[in-house]
Amino acid sequence: MRKPLSLVARTVCDLFAWFLIIFGVYVIIHGDVTPGGGFQGGAIVGSFMALLLVAHGGDRVLEWVKTSVYWIMLFVGLMMFIGFGLRGIPEGTFFYNFLAVPHDVAKTMAHGLIPFSGTIGVMDIAVGIEVAGGLTVIILSMFRGIVLHDFADSRKETGHDG
Amino acid sequence: MKLKALFIAATLVLGGILLSGLDAVHPFGVPGDVAMDEYFLDHAVEERSSENVVTSIVFDYRAFDTLGESAVLFTAICSVVMLFRKGRK
Repeated sequence: MRKPLSLVARTVCDLFAWFLIIFGVYVIIHGDVTPGGGFQGGAIVGSFMALLLVAHGGDRVLEWVKTSVYWIMLFVGLMMFIGFGLRGIPEGTFFYNFLAVPHDVAKTMAHGLIPFSGTIGVMDIAVGIEVAGGLTVIILSMFRGIVLHDFADSRKETGHDG
Repeated sequence: MKLKALFIAATLVLGGILLSGLDAVHPFGVPGDVAMDEYFLDHAVEERSSENVVTSIVFDYRAFDTLGESAVLFTAICSVVMLFRKGRK
């Protein structure tokens, strides 16, 4: 479990992990025009860390990575989502799409950064950040748990305090 | 043994009730009330100018559901981290 894979597998995983991030970010920011969206793209970005952990056996990655960064991503994504929902209250209701433009205006615009489909794009990005950070936190903490159990006497149930 | 016969009888009765409920199940592939579907398909692009109707439903019309999903994800992450936490030594 803790031993790294061979040099070939490590090199290929190092190379393709970054393309995985690019593809995940593509899926996230094109959520309002293509299939996919925040959850799916966030899961793709989160599998980046799983690939690195499998390839390098965990020791190098766990001392290189900071879990607090991914907690911050989780909180920032959730707070962006709730904040843009609250921002709609003065215009109408909770989660009102206050940035939306009519479709005939939107057709003449280039597919710009935000105001194409209003808050839908912003919500996509927020949920993508949240899911990417959250799944990475899950993967890292589960891997730490497995490593912890490798050292402990696994035949005996001890509990956390034992 | 008497208890086992009772359990078998109860299972048969419950299964019969559930299977007889299949008569009232909506037929597969036949939509019931299509007012909401047609409203979303007709108005989603013009109102919210998002070309993906699924995204406009998930993040606009029913964003409250997505907020609940985010809360569920957050709760799951907290539970996993608590479960795999390194214990006090």
